[in-house]
Amino acid sequence: MDLFAALALQIIYGIANLVLISIGLAVIFGMMRVINLAHGEFLMLGGYTVIVSTNSGVNIWVAMLILAPLVVGLIGLIVEWVLIRFLYGRMVDTLLATWGLSLLFIGLITTIFGAQTATTISPPFGAISIGEFSSSGYEVFLIFVAIILVLLVYLLLRYTKLGLVARGTMQAADMAAALGISTQRVYSMTFGIGSALSGLAGGLLAPITGVLPTIGAIYIGKAFITVISGGTAILAGTASASILLGGVNGIVSFIIGPTMGEVALLLLAIVLLRLMPQGITGRFFKRSL
Amino acid sequence: MKRSRDTNALISIGIVGLIILFGAPQTLDLFEIISLTTAVSLAILALSLGLIWGFGGILCFGQTAFFGIGAYAYAIAALNFGGSTSAIVLAILVAAAAAAILGYFMFYGRLSDVYLAVITLTVTLILYSVIRRTSGPEYKIGIAKLGGFNGINVPPINYPWDANQFLFPEQVFYVAMVSLLGAYFLCVWLTKSHFGRVCISIRENEIRSELLGYDIRLYKLGMFTVGGAIAGLAGVMFANSIGRITPDVYNLYNAALAIIWVIIGGRGTLIGPILGALVLFYLTSFLGRQAVVNINFFLGLVLIIFVLVVPKGIVPSLVQLWDRRRSRRMTARSAKRIRRRGRSRFKEATFEE
Repeated sequence: MDLFAALALQIIYGIANLVLISIGLAVIFGMMRVINLAHGEFLMLGGYTVIVSTNSGVNIWVAMLILAPLVVGLIGLIVEWVLIRFLYGRMVDTLLATWGLSLLFIGLITTIFGAQTATTISPPFGAISIGEFSSSGYEVFLIFVAIILVLLVYLLLRYTKLGLVARGTMQAADMAAALGISTQRVYSMTFGIGSALSGLAGGLLAPITGVLPTIGAIYIGKAFITVISGGTAILAGTASASILLGGVNGIVSFIIGPTMGEVALLLLAIVLLRLMPQGITGRFFKRSL
Repeated sequence: MKRSRDTNALISIGIVGLIILFGAPQTLDLFEIISLTTAVSLAILALSLGLIWGFGGILCFGQTAFFGIGAYAYAIAALNFGGSTSAIVLAILVAAAAAAILGYFMFYGRLSDVYLAVITLTVTLILYSVIRRTSGPEYKIGIAKLGGFNGINVPPINYPWDANQFLFPEQVFYVAMVSLLGAYFLCVWLTKSHFGRVCISIRENEIRSELLGYDIRLYKLGMFTVGGAIAGLAGVMFANSIGRITPDVYNLYNAALAIIWVIIGGRGTLIGPILGALVLFYLTSFLGRQAVVNINFFLGLVLIIFVLVVPKGIVPSLVQLWDRRRSRRMTARSAKRIRRRGRSRFKEATFEE
């Protein structure tokens, strides 16, 4: 029973982890149909923000929950302003340009901080025990953060003026523009918010994984397939894909090993896309957020 | 007119290729020959991506996956067979099969460009993390240990069916260069064949091609498989020039590099990606030696600038520039001739572009 509880916690954490690393990407993809290939580097920048600011004496909570999203959100706004806005409607070029951006950030951070792991910080929670098994308290905290984050995005999209405008733009950009909404502004807001969410996730994961200039590559594979398998509905897509992929990943990892878990996740996603090319929300929960 | 220029270009490319093939081993020292072999093997990879992206319209961000699969398959097979002859053939077949299987899921699922790009990239990244974790002695195929992040030592190519006679680096260079030339002219022939023309029409307009009765899924799959096979060949040559194959072939940097070669050289040409790979190979190894700015920064900048400013790539832009200048010169000349004949009759005619 204890084993079962510990395993369940692990699987739920795996799912929460997928939600965290992909929600920023999902917001941008769902709203703008743009896949941001520099997503992994936004996570990485969030991590570096936390490390640098805690090392210079900022409280770790402030660094993780406020500074990381703020800094990366600002970077996102700048990127949108300088680069992305010239490429709307040119999806392939956007992919390529954001990939260039990804390399640019890796190179920049490596030049500044060196190629090695920056000083890591320890998770601000101790271990918790489930019977004879123990689990990291920080992982439980992250599960709650993921749930709160999904709820926040839901409330933002469903019940605020901004959310209404955003959903309108998402469904019919021309119509929204005809009604006097500046879709350009909506897109740049979206990109900023998506980047901020990525920064938050990167900051929160920094105590567990440490930070490297190239750490983005670890995240993006999983984030991409979660978002693409989920489809264009931001929340329903991310949630359903995370549950499915994270669940399978957790179970296979437990039975065979973490390497096979990752392979299983990928194979499942490829088969899923063969059956539902528009992602899960292209077939089910079509009208959801 | 157009045709003859194409033929002229092909002939000159062939001549330059032959000059390099026979001239390089005479003039360069051993180290330069080995690094040129590496550059040539990367050029074959660039060619494969140039073929499927520029002519098939297939945006594959993970062409290095098949490159790496080819290299690994060659190393494993050569160790197990104790000779390289059938290992080369097997490696190309394995890479082609991998491309065919992945392609089946993508093209028959009718995934769009962006999804395709992301899936292929993800496959590459997952391969990277999986192969990196195979350092334990239990991970082996036949007698070949996969070796995790240390990789596999690759046995050198030997004379066909004579496993005791290894090729020297110069001879490996001949093999690589002949492979490049062979692959290049194969691709040229392919793009001019019926199959290639259908692929180009699919690139231009999928729906119209489908309405004309072509099974676009099958054509794309065919193109992708050929691309995978050529990338596998490139992997074999790469493994031989370096002498060791590590999981780093699957990393994000190399995947990006392959894309950058094609972007710089030019989509829709076959020589462009090859030149892009060769130029960038020497440029990155030159820039890698300075320690001021990390090489990724430079590559990222190049990619962004090309996407924004020179989206066609260098070779097509140069051709366009050349054509424009030539046509301007021609119009200027004919305008002069007409002026001489008598202004009054052609008063209203303008020869501005």
